[in-house]
Amino acid sequence: MNALHERLVTQLATDAVLLDGLRAVDVPLIRVPRELFNEAARTMKYAEARLVAEWASDETCFGRGFGIYACYNNGTEYLVVMCDVPLDDATFPTITRKFPAAYRFERQMHSLMGVIPAGSPDLRPWIKFEDWPEDAWPLRKTFDPRTRMPRVPGEYRWIRMEGEGVYEIPVGPVHAGIIEPGHFRFQAMGEDILNLEERFGYVHKGIEKRFEALSWEDGVRLAGRVSGDTTVAHSCCYCQAVEAMAGCVPPERALWLRAIMLERERIANHLGDIGAICNDVAFAFLFFQCTTRKEHFVRTNFKLFQHRFMMDKIVPGGVTTDLNEDGIVAMLRELDAFSRDFERLVVIYDNNPSLEDRVKETGRLSTELAKDLGMVGIVARASGLDLDSRRQYPVPPYDIIIPKVPVQPAGDVNARVWVRIDEIRESLRLLREMLENLPLGELRTTFVQPEPSASGIAFVEGWRGEIVYWVQAGKAGEVNRCMVRDPSSLNWLGLEQAVHGNIVPDFPVCNKSFNQSYSGNDV
Amino acid sequence: MLRILHQIFRTGLVTEPLPTEVEREIVEIGARLEENIRKKFYRSLTIRQVDAGSCNGCELEIHAMNNAIYNCERFGIHFTASPRFADMLLVSGPVSVNMEIALKRTCAATPNPKIVVAVGDCACDGGIFGESYASLGRISNVIPVDAHIPGCPPNPVVLLRGILRAIGE
Repeated sequence: MNALHERLVTQLATDAVLLDGLRAVDVPLIRVPRELFNEAARTMKYAEARLVAEWASDETCFGRGFGIYACYNNGTEYLVVMCDVPLDDATFPTITRKFPAAYRFERQMHSLMGVIPAGSPDLRPWIKFEDWPEDAWPLRKTFDPRTRMPRVPGEYRWIRMEGEGVYEIPVGPVHAGIIEPGHFRFQAMGEDILNLEERFGYVHKGIEKRFEALSWEDGVRLAGRVSGDTTVAHSCCYCQAVEAMAGCVPPERALWLRAIMLERERIANHLGDIGAICNDVAFAFLFFQCTTRKEHFVRTNFKLFQHRFMMDKIVPGGVTTDLNEDGIVAMLRELDAFSRDFERLVVIYDNNPSLEDRVKETGRLSTELAKDLGMVGIVARASGLDLDSRRQYPVPPYDIIIPKVPVQPAGDVNARVWVRIDEIRESLRLLREMLENLPLGELRTTFVQPEPSASGIAFVEGWRGEIVYWVQAGKAGEVNRCMVRDPSSLNWLGLEQAVHGNIVPDFPVCNKSFNQSYSGNDV
Repeated sequence: MLRILHQIFRTGLVTEPLPTEVEREIVEIGARLEENIRKKFYRSLTIRQVDAGSCNGCELEIHAMNNAIYNCERFGIHFTASPRFADMLLVSGPVSVNMEIALKRTCAATPNPKIVVAVGDCACDGGIFGESYASLGRISNVIPVDAHIPGCPPNPVVLLRGILRAIGE
């Protein structure tokens, strides 16, 4: 019994029932009575756990109402707590007061599934826009995905500030650069940011609903397009969740190839980010140096994996691509040359006082705040939190090739750059080790369909941070629900806090240093 | 500073001619293009990119078009922050319901004559997202489109070729 489970049993005794539907390596699924859902959250809070995700599932096909789920993690232990909620009274006690990150999850559940988190301090629509009909709950089974919704009049209640000299700056959804759409509303005085409020949902494409119309095998193409820059990690996480649910074990070589692609995706994106952060503080030199290296990297991807971003190479049961001896040699050679080149750029970054002046102490997110908000990935690590799902939930080859996790305590833009630099270095080491020990064998095993009502969960460390997929089979083993949680759903909360005390002109660099996904957040 | 200079000299000029398979096409279109750009765009084609619901894959490749290797500015292509300065809208993604109004407004803010180019499979035919309660599918379902560049995502060479074609025609 893992420690979180033990804690829950001690606190709730026989009210905490262990269910056996969830398939994953040691992730217990505990059912609690609805009125104890927030009590379970409190117990988790005291057990020093963080909230990983919270979501709802329409379980009417099993003759029930809705299932409300919350996933927690502490160290290497994960746990899912759920409660049943009847159709005619779809309320459950909010956990926002224990875990601030829950407020967006719960707004989203309320908006898209129509379940009500009783006692929640904020029930404004999220992802759903104010011009949707109020009773449009697309994730309910009764909602036809082809529905053309009429636009209704409505107004979003922004957080506003008043006082002499206070003014408002609305930004977006169409931004000044080649960026995804989202809206930022600043309350400012002079150049100082008093408050920032984000509003997303512009790129909501109904992905979670779309999964329900696809087969388990076809779903992976959609998962690969949840966030195009993280296509490998998303398809990998989807496959791991689906495979866990179906009890399908991919061959070892396939798992290693997935990890190789994952690390290559990490390096390419980190390179782009380091360059873009420098560009936002007018240091164009490193921008062009980094983007040139990134281009070389994605070209190698194309040569070895037939796609510049390695899209659609991971499928349930394995991979559709291989690396031959020549490919391994070519990649090792590339890594050596890149590594030398990269270190020269790092020295330049490190030795530039004018750059340092802009990135140090800018956009600071303290360790306490990062922990309270439940940050993950690069943002968490740059704020002193030692989190990495490659270590928390190790899947081969990460069980034997263990990543060293760089942690920077400062929490500013500079720290987020250094975390990326150190992760590139570490990914290079991991890649070399994987390439030199790549096991022989099959690339793919037959995917067996899951048993009815089985569910599965997986956690994969994409370049932004921990990605979570939770999948649930219906009565005939079809897709009943596929929950997607991109790290952005948590980390966007951090950006709102990190800009306090900064000036409006520094917002772009703060935002770039987080570089969260809009598409992954909006699904 | 010395290190920067060293690195600049070591890197040299990385901008390269387009891959040989498109070289011929570029030469062919080039002459017509130059004339077109001179006549229609006064030697500079200004583009406003609009993500109408994309997964961000197409944006990665549009960014790549600007890196030192492709260096699209050498062809007179420049990306602008405001649609009011734009000659061309490069629109990606299926149009999400929540972006419909913003896309229409951006299109209206772009002065005529303008060229609208749909970039990526989703923009051309709705892609894997198709049409649903949240997605209106292809760009031409929402605003008139003059040219299409398919691909998931189209790589920088395909993008350049597509833009050149859109202007040439």
